[in-house]
Amino acid sequence: MADPASGMMAGAGPPVLELDGIGVWLSGREVLRDVRFGIGPGEVVGLIGANGAGKTTIFRVVLGLLSPTSGRVLIAGQPRPRRNRSVGYVPQKIALDPEMPLRSRDLVALGLDGHRLGVPLPSRRRRELVDEMLQAVGAAHFADARVGSLSGGEQQRVMIAHALISRPKLLLLDEPLANLDLRSEQEVVDLVARIAKDQGLAFLISAHDLNPLLPVVDRVVYVAHGHVASGTTDEVVTSSVLTELYGHHVDVIRLHGRILVAASPGLSAERGKLEDSIDGATAV
Amino acid sequence: MFTGFMVNAWLVATVVAVVAGVVGFFVVLRGSSFAAHAVPNAAFAGAAGANLIGASSVGGLLVFAIAGALGISLLSRRGRRDVATALAMVVMLALGALFLSFSTQYASETYSLLFGEVLGVSSSELLPTAVLAVVAVAAVVLLWRLLLLTSIDPELADARGVRASHVELAFLVIVAVVTSMSVPVVGALLIFSLMIGPPAAARSFAADPSVAVLLAVCFSLATIWSAIAVSYLTTLPIGFFVGALGAAFYLAGRAHAVWSGKRVGSSGVRASRVVTAFDDQGARR
Ligand SMILES: Nc1ncnc2c1ncn2[C@@H]1O[C@H](COP(=O)(O)OP(=O)(O)O)[C@@H](O)[C@H]1O
Ligand SMILES: [Mg+2]
Repeated sequence: MADPASGMMAGAGPPVLELDGIGVWLSGREVLRDVRFGIGPGEVVGLIGANGAGKTTIFRVVLGLLSPTSGRVLIAGQPRPRRNRSVGYVPQKIALDPEMPLRSRDLVALGLDGHRLGVPLPSRRRRELVDEMLQAVGAAHFADARVGSLSGGEQQRVMIAHALISRPKLLLLDEPLANLDLRSEQEVVDLVARIAKDQGLAFLISAHDLNPLLPVVDRVVYVAHGHVASGTTDEVVTSSVLTELYGHHVDVIRLHGRILVAASPGLSAERGKLEDSIDGATAV
Repeated sequence: MFTGFMVNAWLVATVVAVVAGVVGFFVVLRGSSFAAHAVPNAAFAGAAGANLIGASSVGGLLVFAIAGALGISLLSRRGRRDVATALAMVVMLALGALFLSFSTQYASETYSLLFGEVLGVSSSELLPTAVLAVVAVAAVVLLWRLLLLTSIDPELADARGVRASHVELAFLVIVAVVTSMSVPVVGALLIFSLMIGPPAAARSFAADPSVAVLLAVCFSLATIWSAIAVSYLTTLPIGFFVGALGAAFYLAGRAHAVWSGKRVGSSGVRASRVVTAFDDQGARR
C-alpha cells in the first residue's frame, strides 16, 4: 500500500463513478444538495457520516433505485444504463431467517445469474467459479452452511462474494462494519484491502466512524446536512473543512494513528445536537 | 379404496399436493403465509359468485383469486403488507358472504368450498386441475432464481435490475392459480394448511433449496395420501387429518431444528445471534 507506484495507479484513468451536482428531495425535504465526487479505477473511498446524513441515499442514487431531483450520475463516463452489472452492491442490513434454506454457495451463485429465468443447469464451470469466490473471501469452510445462521462478519463476506462474482468495476458496501465485533471488523477491512489490490476493484464504503477504515481508504467523502466534502484524509479531516461542513466549530485531533473529531467545548448549549451530528469520526 | 370415484380422488389429491409443496416452499420462504391465507378466501367469494349466476366455478375462482392477488400487491406498495393483505381479505370475505346469502343451497355449498370434497371429485374436474397445475409449476421453475433472489432482499434484486415488486406480483398470481385449482377439491381452508405445514417442515431438514422443495413435495404427498386413507377408513372428515398431519410435520421439523441446533453449537454467542436475527425480522416486517 505504501508503494508509490500503486498509489499513482489509484485514481488514474477515467473515473468509474462520477456524481455531478446531485440533489435529492424526499417527502418535501432536501436530503442531498449539490453532491459531487468521483471515484477512480481501483480507488477505495470511505463515505463517512452520522446516521441520517444521507449515505444510503447516495448509494440508492448511484444504483438507480432513486432518481435524483437534479444532477447526474456517470458510470465509466456514461449515463447509467437501466441494467447495470458494473456496480456491485451489499445493502446495509439483511435480516435473514436463520432457518432459511439457502446456503452460502447458493447466495454466491445468485450473484452470478440470479437475474435470469429458469433453473440453473448443473455446470462444473459455475460450481468452480462459486468455489473460487468463496475461497477468495475466506468463506470456503462455511460454503454449505445456511446463510441466515452465520455471524455478521461471515454473512458480510458471503455478501461480498455474491457482489464480486459478476466482476463489477465498483463495489458499494453500505455500513459493512455496523454491528461487527473488533475482530470481524478487522477481517472485513483486510478483505477489502486485498480485493482492491489484487483485482483493481474500486470501492465506496460507508461508515459512521472513519477510524476502522483508515488503513484501506485512498480518499474520504464526508457527508453532513446533505452536503459533502471529499479529498484525501489529510485534506478533508481538518478543523477548517469539517467546521464549514457541519456549520459549527469542530476540532480534529490525531492520536496514535486514530482521528478524533470533537465539538468545541465552548458550545455547551448546542452541544447535544452537535455531538449527534458529528459522531462521524469519533474514536471509540 | 382404490376403485371407482376413489381413483379420481387419489389422482387429483396427488396433483394438488405436488403443487402445494412446490409453491408452498416459496410461500414460507418469502414470509407470504398471510397472503396464502387471504387469496383462497378471495377464491371462495369467486366460487360463491359463480354458482349464483350459474357460471363455471373454476372461472369464478380464477377471477377472484387473481383480483385478490392484484389487490394485495397494489395496496402493499403504498402501505404495510400485512394490513393490505387483511383489507383485501375482509373485502373478499364480505363479498363471499353476500353472494352466499343470495344462494339457495347455502349450507352444503359453503361447507364444500371451505373444506372441499376430495372424495367426490368428478372426472370432468381432472383436466382443469392438471392444466392449472402444469401452469403453476412451470411458472415457479421459470422464476426460480428471481424468487430466491427477491426473498433475500428486495433492494438487492432491484439494484440488479430485477423489479422485486413485479416478482412479488407474479408470485401472488401463481398462488391464485394454485388456489383456484385446489379450492373445489380440498377447500379454501385446507389448501392453506397444505401450503404451510409440509414446506415449513422441509426447510428444517434441508439447507439446499432444491432439496428442500423436493422434500416439501414428499411431505405434502405423505400428508394428503394418509389423510385420504384414514378418512376413508374412519369416515371422519379429511380436513381434520390434513390439518393435523401438516401440523405434525411442522412440529417434527421444529424438533429436528432444535435438536441439530443444540448439536452444532450450544454456545451463548450463537443463541444470542439467533435471537437478534429474529428481532431484526420482526422490526422489518
Ligand atoms: N423515503 C424517504 N422519505 C423521506 N425521507 C427519507 C426517506 N429515506 C430517507 N429519508 C431521510 O433522508 C435522510 C438520509 O437518510 P439515509 O440516506 O438513510 O441516511 P444514512 O444512510 O446516512 O443513515 C434521513 O434524514 C432520512 O430520514
Ligand atoms: Mg444508511
